[in-house]
Amino acid sequence: MSTKPTSAGRARRGPALAASVAAAALLLTACGGGDEGASEGGDGQVTLSISTFNEWGYEELLEEYQEANPNIKIVHDKKATSNNARDNLNTKLAAGSGLSDIEGIEVDWLPELKQYPDQFADLASPEVEGRWLDWKVEDATTEDGKLIGYGTDVGPEAICYRSDLFAEAGLPTDREEVAALLEGDWDHYFEIGEQFTAKSDAAWYDSAMSAYQGMINQVENAYEENDGTVIATENPEVKDIYNQVLENSVDKDLSAHLQLWSDDYEAGFQSGAFATTFCPGWMLGSIEGNAAGVEGWDIANVFPGGGGNWGGSYLTVPTQGKNQEEAIKLAQWLTAPEQQIKAFASKGNFPSQVEAYEMEELTGSTNEFFNDAPVGQIFADRAEAVSVTPFKGQNYFAINDSMQQALDRVDVLKSDDPDSSWQKFVTGVEALQ
Amino acid sequence: MAVTVKPPAARTPVRRVGFSSRLARWDVKVSPYLYISPFFILFAIVGLFPLIYTGWVSLHNWNLIGGNLGFSGTENFTFVLSQPYFWNAVGNTFSIFLISAVPQIILAIGIAAVLDANLRAKTFWRMGVLVPYVVAPVAVGLIFGNVFADQSGAINGLLTSIGLDPVPWHSNTLASHVAIATMVDFRWTGYNALIFLAAMQAVPRDMYEAAILDGASRWRQFISVTVPMLRPTIIFVVITATIGGLQIFDEPRVFDAYGLGGADRQWQTLTMYIWELGWGQRNLGRASAVAWLLFVIIVLIAALNFLITRRIASQGGRK
Repeated sequence: MSTKPTSAGRARRGPALAASVAAAALLLTACGGGDEGASEGGDGQVTLSISTFNEWGYEELLEEYQEANPNIKIVHDKKATSNNARDNLNTKLAAGSGLSDIEGIEVDWLPELKQYPDQFADLASPEVEGRWLDWKVEDATTEDGKLIGYGTDVGPEAICYRSDLFAEAGLPTDREEVAALLEGDWDHYFEIGEQFTAKSDAAWYDSAMSAYQGMINQVENAYEENDGTVIATENPEVKDIYNQVLENSVDKDLSAHLQLWSDDYEAGFQSGAFATTFCPGWMLGSIEGNAAGVEGWDIANVFPGGGGNWGGSYLTVPTQGKNQEEAIKLAQWLTAPEQQIKAFASKGNFPSQVEAYEMEELTGSTNEFFNDAPVGQIFADRAEAVSVTPFKGQNYFAINDSMQQALDRVDVLKSDDPDSSWQKFVTGVEALQ
Repeated sequence: MAVTVKPPAARTPVRRVGFSSRLARWDVKVSPYLYISPFFILFAIVGLFPLIYTGWVSLHNWNLIGGNLGFSGTENFTFVLSQPYFWNAVGNTFSIFLISAVPQIILAIGIAAVLDANLRAKTFWRMGVLVPYVVAPVAVGLIFGNVFADQSGAINGLLTSIGLDPVPWHSNTLASHVAIATMVDFRWTGYNALIFLAAMQAVPRDMYEAAILDGASRWRQFISVTVPMLRPTIIFVVITATIGGLQIFDEPRVFDAYGLGGADRQWQTLTMYIWELGWGQRNLGRASAVAWLLFVIIVLIAALNFLITRRIASQGGRK
C-alpha cells in the first residue's frame, strides 16, 4: 500500500533519481586500479614492468634504455608511498603472482624479505662486484651468500640547520664553522643545544624520535641478537639512549615535540619551530617542500657520534617474473654509477655506488635551496663516515614502531612519564612473541 | 496419474516418452534454482569461501609469506583474547561507531526532509549531498588532518584565538574518536540522506494532505507521518551502518602519519588491529582469529538489532 505513489510525476521521479545517483556513486567508487603484468610479445619484443614508489628519478633513464634496446618495452608502475608499495609487495608475494619484473624495495623491508630468498632471483654476478659500499651489499645478502637486491641510493645523515636562527642565538652560521662546532658525540650536540635554547625561542631539534633514530642506528645489535633473539627490553644500551633522549627532549626542552611526518611537523618548518634536524639525502626534497619560502636552511658536514645511515633502496627481481634475465640486465644498468648519478641530479637520491663518489657530476653538485651547499661532496663524506651496520632482524620494525610510540607518548603527547611509557613499550614487545 | 501406478509394466513405455517429459519435469524443478544460482555461486566464492578459509587459517600458525607453519588449535584465539590491545580495539570500535552513527542517522533524516521539500534546483542539491561520498577517504584524511592538527590545525587555531584551550585531538581518546567520527559522518551522511530521501518520496502524498486538513504543522507532519513511514528504511540504514561502522578502517588509519592508531592506541579499531597483526607482524593466523571474532561480534550485534527493530516494528503495527 505505502509503496505506491499517488501523485504521479514528482513522487515517481524522485526515488528513481535518488537510486540512479546512488548507483552511479557505487559504480564510481567500485572502480579500483588494475595492475598490468608483464608479457612477451610476438617478434622477440619483451615487455618489462618495474615498480617503484615516491620519486626515484627513473623516468628519463627508462626512456633512454628503451631507445638503446628497441626490443624492450618498459611499463613503469609508480606507487605513491612506500607503505603502498610494501603492502602491494607483501600481498602479491603471498599470492605468488602479480609482481612486476623489477620491484623497488626499501632497506627497511630487507630483513623480512631475506627470510624468503626463494622468492627473489640471485643477483650476484662478477660484473657488479665492488660496485657498492660494502655495508650496502651486506644488507641485501642472505646468510648463504645470495644477493637479492641491487643498491640504488643510501641515506647518510648530515645536520640541516637554520643559519638565521643560529645567528640570532649568537652561534656561527657558516657551514664549516657549524660543522666544527657540532663535531663530537651526542652529549656535545645536546650541550650546544642548551646554549642555543637559552638564547632562542625555537627548539634545538624537531622531535625526540629523530634524535633517537640517529642514535639507535649507531648501535650494532639494538633490538635483536644476530640469531634473532629479541633483547630490546633488556639491552642497557637501548634503555640508556631512551633515557638520554627523553631527558634532553623533555626535561631540558630541546625538542619541538613534533611527531615526525605529522601535519604539525610539516607546519613546524614554516613557523621556525626548531633550528636543526638530522637529514639523510632523500629528506632534502621534503624539507624544501615543507619549508618553501623560508630562507636560511643550510647543511653542515657533521653528524653526532660519527656517521649514520637512515634508509635507502634496492631493486629486486622476483622469481615469479617471466623475464628474469632481461629484468636483471635492466636492473644492473639502472644501478650502475652513471645512471644513479642521473637519478641523483633529477630527484636527489644519493648514490650507493663507490665509483659515483669520485665523479665530477656528483662531487661538484650543489643545492640552491640549502644556500648552494655542496651536497654531493657533503653526502659523499657522510656516507664514508658510516661505520656501523645495525643488525635488523624480522622483528626490528615492529619493535621500532613500539619505541616510536613510547617516545611520542612522553615527548609529543606528554600523556606519560618515561618510566610508565617504557613499561608499555615492554608490553608491546612481549606481544610480538 | 493413476495409470502410471503399475511400475513393472509401465517401465518400457515410460522410458520411451519419458525423456522429454522428464526433461520438462527437471526444467520446472531445477531451472528456478539455476536462474538464481549466479548469486549463490558468487556468494560462495567471494563470501562463504573466504569466511571458512579465514577460519581454517585462524587455527594454524600462518605467516603472510611463509604460509602454513602447522596446526595450532585455538592458540591464536586464546592469545588474542588475552591481549589488552584486542579489548582496547573492541572498545574503540564501538565508541567510534556510536559517536558517528547516531548523529549521522539523525542528520541524514534531517537533510532528506529538507531535500524532500519544494526546493529550487532540486537535482543540484540532491547530487550535492553525495559529493563527500565520492571523495577518496585518503583525501578526506588529508583535509581533516589539517583541520584537526594539534598545534597548527584550523579548529585549535580558532579555539586559541578566542582564548580557549586547544583540544588534544591526537592524545585524548574521546577527542580522537570525535574527530574520526566527523570524518565518517562527512563521508556517509549524504549517502544515507539519499536513501532516506528515496523512502520519503514513497510516502503517499494523501497522508500529508490528510494531515494538513487536520491542521498538522510541518514539524508535526514530519514526526507523525514521515518518521513512522520511514521505519523499515531506518532499520535498513541502521543495520548497514552497524556492519560498516564495526569494520571502520580508512578514517582512523589516515588520522596520523603512521596509521597505527595513535601512540597509546587511542583510536586503533579492530580492523586496524587485524592489519597490524597480519601485515605489520605478518602473523596471518592471529589476524584471522581477530577477523573471526569480529565476524562473531557483527553477527551478535545484527541479531540484537533485528530483535530490537522487530519489537519496534510490531509496536508500530499496533498503533
